[in-house]
Amino acid sequence: MSIIIAILVIGFIALLFGALLGYASVRFKVEGDPLAEQIDDLLPQTQCGQCGYPGCKPYAKAVAEGEAINKCAPGGEETIKKIAELLGVEVQPLDENHISDNTPKVAFIIEEDCIGCTKCIQACPVDAIIGTTKQMHTIIVDECTGCDLCVAPCPVDCIEMRPIETTKQSWQWDLNSIPVTQVD
Amino acid sequence: MNSIINRIDKNQFWKFHGGIHPPEQKFITDNKPIRTLALPKELIIPLQQHIGQAAELIVSVGDNVLKGQALTASNHPMAVPVHAPTSGTVTSIRNSTIAHPSALQELCLFLTPDGNDTWQQRNICTDYSQLSHQTILEKIANAGIAGMGGAGFPTHIKANSSVNNSAINSAKIEFLIINAAECEPYITADDLLIKEHSPTIVDGINILYELIKPEHILIGIEENKPEAIKTLQNATKDIAHIKICVIPTVYPSGGEKQLIQILTGKEIPSGFLPNSQGIIMQNVATCYAIADAVINDAPLIKRVTTVTGLGLNKPQNVWALLGTPVSFLLEQCEYQPQSNKQRIIMGGPMMGFALSTGNVPVVKITNCILAPSEKEIASENTEVECIRCGQCADVCPAQLLPQELQWSAKAKDHEQLEVLNLFDCIECGACAYVCPSYIPLVHYYRIGKAEIREQKQLEIKAEKAKIRFEARKLRLERDKKAREEKQRQAAQARKAKMNSGTPQANTEMSAVAAALARVKAKKAQSMSTGASMVQKPSSGSSAKPKNPQVAAAIARAKAKKLANQNKDIGDNNDANETITEPQTQINTQTNTQTNTQANTQANTQANTQETIPTEAKTNNPKAGISAEDKKSKVALAIAKAKAKKLAKDKLLEASSIEKSSVEEKPTKVSSVKQSYAEDPAEDLAEKDLANNLSKSTVKTDKTLLESINKDPMSKETISKKDSVSEHGNINNIHSKKLASNANLTEDEVRKAKIAQVIAKAKAKRDISDHNEDDLVAIEKKKRIAEAVAKAKAKKQQRSELT
Repeated sequence: MSIIIAILVIGFIALLFGALLGYASVRFKVEGDPLAEQIDDLLPQTQCGQCGYPGCKPYAKAVAEGEAINKCAPGGEETIKKIAELLGVEVQPLDENHISDNTPKVAFIIEEDCIGCTKCIQACPVDAIIGTTKQMHTIIVDECTGCDLCVAPCPVDCIEMRPIETTKQSWQWDLNSIPVTQVD
Repeated sequence: MNSIINRIDKNQFWKFHGGIHPPEQKFITDNKPIRTLALPKELIIPLQQHIGQAAELIVSVGDNVLKGQALTASNHPMAVPVHAPTSGTVTSIRNSTIAHPSALQELCLFLTPDGNDTWQQRNICTDYSQLSHQTILEKIANAGIAGMGGAGFPTHIKANSSVNNSAINSAKIEFLIINAAECEPYITADDLLIKEHSPTIVDGINILYELIKPEHILIGIEENKPEAIKTLQNATKDIAHIKICVIPTVYPSGGEKQLIQILTGKEIPSGFLPNSQGIIMQNVATCYAIADAVINDAPLIKRVTTVTGLGLNKPQNVWALLGTPVSFLLEQCEYQPQSNKQRIIMGGPMMGFALSTGNVPVVKITNCILAPSEKEIASENTEVECIRCGQCADVCPAQLLPQELQWSAKAKDHEQLEVLNLFDCIECGACAYVCPSYIPLVHYYRIGKAEIREQKQLEIKAEKAKIRFEARKLRLERDKKAREEKQRQAAQARKAKMNSGTPQANTEMSAVAAALARVKAKKAQSMSTGASMVQKPSSGSSAKPKNPQVAAAIARAKAKKLANQNKDIGDNNDANETITEPQTQINTQTNTQTNTQANTQANTQANTQETIPTEAKTNNPKAGISAEDKKSKVALAIAKAKAKKLAKDKLLEASSIEKSSVEEKPTKVSSVKQSYAEDPAEDLAEKDLANNLSKSTVKTDKTLLESINKDPMSKETISKKDSVSEHGNINNIHSKKLASNANLTEDEVRKAKIAQVIAKAKAKRDISDHNEDDLVAIEKKKRIAEAVAKAKAKKQQRSELT
């Protein structure tokens, strides 16, 4: 008899917890992959596709599923370090196939050469190019991520990548320019 | 609160953490009156001289401006205008080196004084108590006053925050602190200003009192300025709410937070402004400027600057017009450079920066120009490792941990830097001053700060890019769905209409059926024709005259071939006849295959102009260099041009059809093109010629394609043509080699050149023959052709790479 009671009680408790867990899984369901989101936040969001994925988010998803962490060229060592920290894996050097010049650049359209083919507009991942068919195109500098994707489709090679100019705000102190001032 | 006043009354002050006692060196200039200088030859006025935004220019080059006239204007609250320091002419507006450690160039206005120093119309206001707060604030803003102690924060915002924003900050302003501490070595500008102009300063303080209505006004002044203290005490002895606080001399007691701590014992929390604690601080020089602006209606166009250092023969304080080049100030104070290593420092020795050029102007925040002798400022000591002595932490007025900050800064550990409150560092330089290892700590912090700021900017940008990327993806998906939906609906609508059974639908249906039947019939017919052609090739030529394009192309080819054959005879008439009567020529033709071959050959010749003479040469090597040969060549060229023109005319007529055909067969064009592209690349080095060539190539290609398309035997012809053209290329190269072997190179080259020139001239004339519309069309075509060529080259290159 006591065995039956025990079985019933345990069974009841099991059902209760099952119901609780079932409810919680519905109530507190997490949309999307939280790990991929976290990785995505670490990526530089240039959407350049140099990693072989069409944008930062797809790469983040792939990394979350086990892809190598060293394929983000614009992010460089910094990003690899951060991702390694997040995932608790070894820091790897940047993939040799993906090493590129990391200086920040923006695309520039040589406007007199532009034939208005709209190919670059279709390539731009962040809609930073304006223009229309047979009209000159131009780049919205503030929105350009410097991803390079518009350069290849241009049939007349009128897009070039130009380094961003230093301003007073973006200027970095150079240790050697100002000596320590010691007053005796 | 009362205890604070009691303590102040008893001259008991608080102490801030740390601080240093560097040699003051104020004796160099503190006993000499402020000198007014002659006008410099040129004033350089940077458009932005303060924190915030630059205002917009409202004068242009060549304008004559009066002293005190505003040069910029803006509605932005953080933007203050700049003014003409004297009357004169705006000579240029261009980028010039600004007073910033980066020595970057920014937009500056160059003013050449006329020497009259004519003021603009001024409304001198003798009784400022009559003015409303708003008027006073406007006057301060329009006078372009920005904090003159060093930060350059727009003053009207500070003065206004106390009035309008007090509700937000929920703190009534208890203390207005006037900063006269001037703790940095060498600088005596405020000291001298107090000595000479204390009544004006007190006026300025009173104006601020009216605006802010604080409970107390404290003037903080270091005890090393006894004369100034006395003057101030005399000037304020009748005003009960002003207290002169004589504080002990310690660097950096003039720092905002440090002075507040000394006078009131309050610490401003990290990340907060003093007005959140009911305190506002203004510099004495700012008070002077406020009084000058409100009472005398004089904008901020000059300031007291200490020009000091043992590198000068006459170090002194001067009234420097804003925009005066530093080199002019040094000249006036008789600068004696002793060696090349000497530096000119703007600002004090602790917080200033070395200037890269003497052409930098004095701006609103320039309180000192230091020209030290080599003795005064030791040349750079090489940095050695940190010995962990901890002296830096002892002297840090912000109670930070300089050595830990330094390690993190070197390691670029930005998170740790923020944990260590890097942004509370006031960059006073005390830590670097005491460091026995000569570590330039402040510079590491500055780098760290700049990097963190940049990082934050990047993060903001990345976030923006992410949003835009995602928005784009959404849009693309939406568009795709919408398109599919539309297509589906259209298809449905069509179906519904067809099946609706109305008479209209029935006619439509029958029309479609009829069209289908027609197409089928045509197909069958063409198939049968094709079959007959294979069996009886000669019948193809009879079908040709129906098609003008094909006829033209064939005529051209014939002409060329005939011209080639007749070359040694040198018969002009024959060649001409060929062109004028293409129809007869065609009729004489019997074999389509020869036709195609001729076609290709003609093309090769028409396109690769240079190869013509070569080929001609190889065709009749015996002919040599005779005059007859030359003649024949000219004839050939003329014939060719005529054929071309004929073809082109037809081409233009049918350009629309052409385009579609080109689009339909891009792969064919590419294959043809490639073979040509290779050919000229080998034969011609001149680029423009290559362009010319590619243009004509495309055109002829089009004709060819046209003919091919219309030709019932198209497929066969194309395949043959391809192989033949390749063959022709090889032949060309081969013949060239032969020619060079025959030692005819010199004449060859000469002839080739002549042929080239003629061809070029022809091409030009061809273009000029057409009216303007055609020209535009040709231009466009040329561009497109170029684009296509480029794209091709790229593609090829890429494929080669892979």
